[in-house]
Amino acid sequence: MSNITLKVNGKAHAVDVDLSTPLLYVLRNDVGVQGPRFGCGLGQCGACTVIIKGEAVRSCTRPVSSVQGAEITTLEGLSQNGVLHPLQQAWIDEQVPQCGFCQNGQILTAKVLLDKNPNPTDAQIRQGMANTLCRCMTYYRIQAAIKRAAKVTA
Amino acid sequence: MTPFTTTPEESQTVEPAGTTRRDFLKNSGRLVVGFSAISAVPGVPFAEAVLNAAQGAGPYPDLDFRQLDSWIVIRQDNTATFYVGKTDLGQGTGTAFRQIMADELDMPYDRTSCVMGSTDVTVDQGGSGGSDALQTDGWPMRRVAAEARRVLLDMASQRFAVPAGDLVVSDAVISVRSDPSKRITYGDLIGGRKFNVTLTGNNPDATTGIAKLKDVQQFKIVGQSPQRYDIPAKVDGSLKWAVDVKLPGMVHARNVKPPFAGATLISIDESSVRGIPGIVKVVSKGNYVAVVCEREEHAIQAARQLKVNWQKPATAPFPSSENLHSFMRRATPTLSLPPTVVGDTAAALAGAARVVQADYDVPFQGHTSFGPAHATADPSNDQLTIYSNDMKSYGMRNGVAEFLKIPRDRVRVIWMEGPQGYGRTAADDAGFEAAFLAKEIGRPVRVQWMRNEETAWDTKGPAYTFTMRGGLDAQGNLTAFEYDARAADHHHLGYNEHDTVLISQLMGTRREPNRGGASMPNEMYAIPNRRMSAHVVSLPLVWETPLRTGNLRDPNGPQTTFASESFIDELAAAAKADPVEFRMKLLTGSTVEDSGFKRARSIAVVKAAAEKFGWDPRPSPRPRATGDIMTGRGIAYAWRSQTVVAQIAEVEVNRRTGKVWVKRFVCAHDCGLVVNPEGLRRAVEGGMLHALSRALYEEVQFDTEKVTSVDWITSPSLRHTDTPATIDVVIVNGDPNPNRPDLPHYGAGETVCKTTLAAVGNAIYDATGVRLRRVPFREARVLAALKSAGVPSGG
Repeated sequence: MSNITLKVNGKAHAVDVDLSTPLLYVLRNDVGVQGPRFGCGLGQCGACTVIIKGEAVRSCTRPVSSVQGAEITTLEGLSQNGVLHPLQQAWIDEQVPQCGFCQNGQILTAKVLLDKNPNPTDAQIRQGMANTLCRCMTYYRIQAAIKRAAKVTA
Repeated sequence: MTPFTTTPEESQTVEPAGTTRRDFLKNSGRLVVGFSAISAVPGVPFAEAVLNAAQGAGPYPDLDFRQLDSWIVIRQDNTATFYVGKTDLGQGTGTAFRQIMADELDMPYDRTSCVMGSTDVTVDQGGSGGSDALQTDGWPMRRVAAEARRVLLDMASQRFAVPAGDLVVSDAVISVRSDPSKRITYGDLIGGRKFNVTLTGNNPDATTGIAKLKDVQQFKIVGQSPQRYDIPAKVDGSLKWAVDVKLPGMVHARNVKPPFAGATLISIDESSVRGIPGIVKVVSKGNYVAVVCEREEHAIQAARQLKVNWQKPATAPFPSSENLHSFMRRATPTLSLPPTVVGDTAAALAGAARVVQADYDVPFQGHTSFGPAHATADPSNDQLTIYSNDMKSYGMRNGVAEFLKIPRDRVRVIWMEGPQGYGRTAADDAGFEAAFLAKEIGRPVRVQWMRNEETAWDTKGPAYTFTMRGGLDAQGNLTAFEYDARAADHHHLGYNEHDTVLISQLMGTRREPNRGGASMPNEMYAIPNRRMSAHVVSLPLVWETPLRTGNLRDPNGPQTTFASESFIDELAAAAKADPVEFRMKLLTGSTVEDSGFKRARSIAVVKAAAEKFGWDPRPSPRPRATGDIMTGRGIAYAWRSQTVVAQIAEVEVNRRTGKVWVKRFVCAHDCGLVVNPEGLRRAVEGGMLHALSRALYEEVQFDTEKVTSVDWITSPSLRHTDTPATIDVVIVNGDPNPNRPDLPHYGAGETVCKTTLAAVGNAIYDATGVRLRRVPFREARVLAALKSAGVPSGG
């Protein structure tokens, strides 16, 4: 076990963990954020997504040692001053979720997509989201919500 | 007891002790303040409701469904909370219950809230299943809300000394018609106090007072589309899911599954995990093995590292997935259902101008839930509290009590939201495991399955094989239809019975198999000679098997309808008839109607789907395109319970790759009275795409000793890139009987899963002239079928 500091949603958190521990478990069990969730532990589904250095990162396979000092943004950190991010608002406006368990990964992956490409084509949205799974299959509404948010943020 | 540990920045509003739901129900006349925060704050109802429910040390007796107070609480601030014994799996049934109950109660939707599924504060309405939330349970919920309104009117009548008929209600305020200055809110009349009104009825679903229900025409909130109350907390990260439960002293458990189906535990080498920090215990009983650690990542490590000696069974537990259907065809059925017989198919086939015969196969398909099974159990206070996303939480409560031999009133299940529960949690292994381990360890235990464990060992939708025969006369009329089905569904799991869940089987429980089931197709076709038969077959291994079957979103409908509606399409093609016209002729060939007017409503949805699609009548297949992409369209139709759907798929098939893309779906959907149209559209879209994943990708693969499809690579799922460009859901809301006073609310969410597989297969046939009689339509299978049919792969 080692003492390290993680910066999560603008706050520093000191934790005492094995350095090889996947970031996901430290975020959930030590830092106390719950947006990232366990889906596969293999980096295949996206449920555990967080944003680090502008990239959508699968926290279930990322050792915590590799993200010391980096600013980590989770779903809880997306709103600013109590105002939802346009993507979150679009998710509500489009009534996207069914069960909603995957939507952490969908929203954060879409955030990185729009940050890099504010006006994506339909094909770019589909391709950019291709590896983020939803087993309620809300893809049609997710894609509509991304387009809706792009109109606000672009 | 503090039900949750929380970090300071996400502290929860925990109401003062002594004001819980159960206290309220126990103590007549007690003020209720514990729920006032729930209703007015959109987006955060569940977490607080759950926290409220989580208070109290037990015991937890059953609620009395014959008491109005068990269903509805009205507070002094003129808000109401409805207690519903169902679970919302993400289709918005909680929002719909609020709508129908608010309407009957005459209270604005925004002043209501809904608590669902927790066994100690809601009446046992069975939890969810069968898309029956609105169809079945909508009625008692409407009746209790109407009864509450009636009682409130009686109270106002006494207060103002006028007959109840001289009062008017608007938005939870009662006023005297002749003197509107005399007015009082529901909250002022009863807020915080009990109704103390006894209801009647033999069971919760039959619960009723004496109030008359509103006619459909009087509804103001039903038919509107208020946004789902659960969605804001799901997109801002504030919702507490069942996976998020943290309790003081909680430890983490992971299972160690047998590497081979039917394996027997010989020995465990506990020294193999020595040195892993915080190991609490290696637990084993029978063939069930788990490790418990202080920290989650160490439990995962220990479960991987633990050396266990297993003995393989003497004989293979099942055939490989490649040989499954030939095995099923050869097997002696364990059960044959009485056939449905109309006329004489043998004679009709003998006299037919054309006989068509085909076999269809559907493999096992898994739930492969997005989030693996999980639960947390707390043994504090000599009670057992299970925090779970179990769709049938009441069944789990009963099952756990029997499994661990503890009194029912010492067990409760706190229902919380979870991932994708389209039947998986009807056999909720993790809840039983957490309960067992919590009792063993004497501390709260959180269990979560790993991905390979979930994908390999979850309950499976039964595999089917079908033999179909049909006869056409010289004019192309369908004169005979034979359907013979075999389902690998010998021991179907369904309601969390204690002796059926996996941990119980691994510990050696050997319950007599429940005979399983096999299904017939559901359509309203008038065919003069029809014979439909169905059989159940068993695989060699009945117990402790990863191929155990359970409910998967319409447990049998996608399979049976794939065979029947594909074969109807084959018959239409043989008759050189347009597939829509062929079906319409079968639907209009009789005037016999059922009480739900399913025939007339079937005709209406087929027409509506064809019209919306812009269906141009012609036989299938179309002349084959010459480029890489071949396009086609296909229709399928079915009913489930009282809901009828017709679905059309437009597909593109790439002749070089075998890739199938459904470019467009049209679904005409009639589930009677629609409570929330926008919510319904999304449930139908999700159902179609879930079934599309089953049509294109999903198949459990196994060798003769274990499941080999264990993650999202080996067990692929539909992805964003597969999404249709256009989805049209046509809500057909036409009750054809003008004399019926009410249009019942039927179920949604599953019916459309029936039609998708056949609609896509029929569209592929239309595009290519090649009939695919086995799902999934993965690229390699499509390519091989095109090749063997001589379709050139391009030049």
